[in-house]
Amino acid sequence: MHEYSLVQALVERVEAEARARRATAVHRVVVSVGELSGVDPELFRTAYETFRDGTVCRDAPLELRRVEAVWRCPACQRAIQRGAALSCPACARPAELAPGSGEILLETLEMEVP
Amino acid sequence: MCTTCGCGDPELVPVELHEKILAGNDRAARHNREHFTEAGVLALNLMGSPGAGKTAVLEATARAAAGRWRLGAVSADLATDNDARRLQAAGIPSRAITTGQACHLDAELVHRVLHDFPWRETDVFFIENVGNLVCPAIYDLGQAANVVVLSVTEGEDKPLKYPVMFKAADLVLLAKCDLLPHLEVDPERIEDALAQVMPRPRMLRVSARTGEGMDRWLGWLEEMRAPLLARRRPGAIAPGASWGHVHAHPRGPGTGHGRG
Repeated sequence: MHEYSLVQALVERVEAEARARRATAVHRVVVSVGELSGVDPELFRTAYETFRDGTVCRDAPLELRRVEAVWRCPACQRAIQRGAALSCPACARPAELAPGSGEILLETLEMEVP
Repeated sequence: MCTTCGCGDPELVPVELHEKILAGNDRAARHNREHFTEAGVLALNLMGSPGAGKTAVLEATARAAAGRWRLGAVSADLATDNDARRLQAAGIPSRAITTGQACHLDAELVHRVLHDFPWRETDVFFIENVGNLVCPAIYDLGQAANVVVLSVTEGEDKPLKYPVMFKAADLVLLAKCDLLPHLEVDPERIEDALAQVMPRPRMLRVSARTGEGMDRWLGWLEEMRAPLLARRRPGAIAPGASWGHVHAHPRGPGTGHGRG
């Protein structure tokens, strides 16, 4: 249940951005959640809905984008099949996670600027 | 803007950030890592389920490494300082971090405790995380490596159930191996499961009770220390020096000390 602390970090970041741009309101928050980010999207949404009242995010619906995890060979970019060992079947190199697969990212904000 | 009186019609502006929500924690972790590296201290983040045997592994490490390295530890628990007291009794100078309801350590919590702990006087510094196979995995603390303690009673498919934790592991210690004769558990099947979630699977079989595998574990620690040793030349660090820097600890955005 670290989703609440993540939402707290998110709201603080949005507040900082809104201050820097002298925004009067925030209308949209887009977050991408990688399958291997360790974050449950529904819990994250619940935490956001609970936490955003009284913050700069109060009028900003959360748009969540789920990113499917892809492991792939760093050399030939071949994707590793699910359930297979995480090394390239061709060259045996250890696989790498494709960008976004293991992260939770604040992608985009939409703000009202005077 | 209104051309008659200059009043501002608000404008909707999209702001593209593509930024990690844990960026604040990652910054604090980098700060910790710089200190550990500069002092030549091997810092390890020890994670695992409640009851996996993290504290017992450290007690056995203290016995096996006696006279070889100076060990130190911080130990996190929701409610007690029992583990830190156990480690202290085993000869590892330790400090407890009581997290309340928080299910994981973050970089700033570690940083705060380091300010009044003589971590520079250690060779190997363990950060024993809260017993939890989910949340601690996503918080970088500034460690050189993640070690996950998995006990043989936890099930052969545990790595498949908690892929986020095991993908973050640099080493898995398969603990309580002295129990294997009493169980229908095949360590090779655990290794197969690890290969599906860890790109560089590495597992050592250990028993804190019998001392099995402790030599290989110390060997791994030695291997991890090697790149740091160059920094421990005489004069590189002042013995007994504390942090050697003064800085404020503002709550930057996104450091995430919230409960949860």
